[in-house]
Amino acid sequence: MGKPKTIIEKIWENHVVHREEGKPDLLYIDLHLVHEVTSPQAFEGLRMNNRKVRRPDLTFATMDHNVPTANREIVRDPISKKQMETLKENCEEFGIRLADMFHPDQGIVHVIGPQLGLTQPGKTIVCGDSHTSTHGAFGALAFGIGTSEVEHVLATQTIWQQRPKTMNVQVVGELGPGVTAKDLILAIIAKFGVSFGQGYVVEYTGDAIRKLSMEDRMTICNMSIEGGARAGLISPDEKTVEFLKGKRYVPKGEQFEEIAENWLSLATDSGATYDKTLTINAEEIEPQVTWGTNPSMCVPVSGSTPAISEVENKEEVRRALEYMGLEENQPISSINIDHVFIGSCTNSRLSDLRKAAEIVRGRKVHPNIKRAIVVPGSFLVKMEAEKEGLDQIFKDAGFEWRDAGCSMCLGMNEDIVPPGGRCASTSNRNFEGRQGNGARTHLVSPEMAAAAAITGHFIDVRKFQQVLQ
Amino acid sequence: MEAIQYHKGLVYPLNRENVDTDQIIPKQFLKAIERTGFGKFLFYNWRYNDDGSLRQDFTMNDEKYNSASIILAGKNFGCGSSREHAAWALLDYGFRVVIAPSFADIFYNNALKNGILPIMLEQSIIQDWMEKAERDSFTLAVDLEAQTITDGVQVIAFDIPAYHKEKLVNGWDDIDLTLLLKDKIEAYEQSRQLV
Repeated sequence: MGKPKTIIEKIWENHVVHREEGKPDLLYIDLHLVHEVTSPQAFEGLRMNNRKVRRPDLTFATMDHNVPTANREIVRDPISKKQMETLKENCEEFGIRLADMFHPDQGIVHVIGPQLGLTQPGKTIVCGDSHTSTHGAFGALAFGIGTSEVEHVLATQTIWQQRPKTMNVQVVGELGPGVTAKDLILAIIAKFGVSFGQGYVVEYTGDAIRKLSMEDRMTICNMSIEGGARAGLISPDEKTVEFLKGKRYVPKGEQFEEIAENWLSLATDSGATYDKTLTINAEEIEPQVTWGTNPSMCVPVSGSTPAISEVENKEEVRRALEYMGLEENQPISSINIDHVFIGSCTNSRLSDLRKAAEIVRGRKVHPNIKRAIVVPGSFLVKMEAEKEGLDQIFKDAGFEWRDAGCSMCLGMNEDIVPPGGRCASTSNRNFEGRQGNGARTHLVSPEMAAAAAITGHFIDVRKFQQVLQ
Repeated sequence: MEAIQYHKGLVYPLNRENVDTDQIIPKQFLKAIERTGFGKFLFYNWRYNDDGSLRQDFTMNDEKYNSASIILAGKNFGCGSSREHAAWALLDYGFRVVIAPSFADIFYNNALKNGILPIMLEQSIIQDWMEKAERDSFTLAVDLEAQTITDGVQVIAFDIPAYHKEKLVNGWDDIDLTLLLKDKIEAYEQSRQLV
């Protein structure tokens, strides 16, 4: 027996192709996910240099950022249309599998990877998208890269990476009823800041993490990048194995037993040490709502916006409050909203939709809400939700039920929040203008977004039932 | 990639922390399929009013910064989305050097791949220079070979991994370098039975 290792070290060592003093390691990439926005210039680079895609079989593409989520046949924006056509042409030219807009596998790239079983423990996974950290939920080392790196991976199936430091984010205690994975990750970022993970790969550990479903674990790992960590992961366990069993690209039968055993052996060894450990107590966490213009500007729903005199970064807080159209010391429960978005790679999976539907069932969206949309993460999620009748619950309440895509998380398609509009959103970024120029975003869990849709303002979802009765 | 060994330029002070890539280049400009032409959209929502006129409350619109090629910014510059368009927009506008107390990882890499030099310096130096650049026309000279930066009075040393420095100084293409290791990649694939 050697020295106990973290899962991060194990995956890293398994993928080193070349190591040289004073240089980053050259790592092999097991899965390269591609979408229409960050890939055209990479393919163009290949063409200009007369290069091929080294491993089309380890590459998988879909369209998600630009796709219309209603009336898909008509892409009104000619530039969006061109970008999607370009991806299609590139995939044909270079022999890459593509789930285009009308393909049954289409969806947000970080939703379809796990759903197809492309995402597996121990893999190195990259994509030209910062939320690639999502796949870490399966014990994969998954991180976002820029377009030059996309081109590099296409051409070589490898990437130069500085060996990261390791961090353990230890969640002690249990989450209370009505407190979700989204609240946990928002609370982690609120406590430790938007750059606590810079230079680290984070492993999330502790009982609260073990108890989370795979879908909830994806929500946690998804937002690692909002804490500055390029990658966040969770050691695989029986839940991981169970989730992946029977998925299309996962081996079957005896081979499955073998690979599953291998997966479980990747979990961090007891006694392994990290470069840094942070601890948070799950018991103290309430449902969270962001009030500002980065994800760390976040408080419990029972709280208020900060007092400028009490914060260090006065100018930043003042600017954020001004952009958000809020006063200092303003109670979160007094904030009225006019848009609701349930979707994104953070919270658009079946369990997210089920939880939101549970709140919405038999109720109506508040008359002040101008638009409330539900955007499933993939075609498959949409179909499964419809089988359960979730679409009807949302539609009866006054929500629009859409096709799969990134949608209002970043508003590259037509789904935008108008200037001055205020949105309760299950997405991951509340940056200025993210959901539309001048739009104001409050990040929340699907349950909190659903409750806000009904009441027209933020309310503690745990008290929601009582209040309505 | 254009090599960079020495750069002297006018400084624009962007006195904000956590400048995210959504601010550097908003999503509506990510639909292009080229790498060029993003400069006019740099900091779009901060630079322009809805009617397309320049915002008076954003200092970059001050004429005195028109020829700036070095940005001084607060910590965690380039956080958020992985969009390389942020680096392309800075470069296309004319910025070759970004100086901040810290950078988001992905942006840092994206900058290096495009011949933009990201330099991390202590907060106190940045604050001092920030104030000078806000007051007057302020110029810095960066010597990448020597790893120093000077305002003409003091000379400050900075760190950059030797590997990145070598590539920037020579303007080397990453993929060419990696393809020299093709045999090792093939050997790795064989060892894992990935062929």
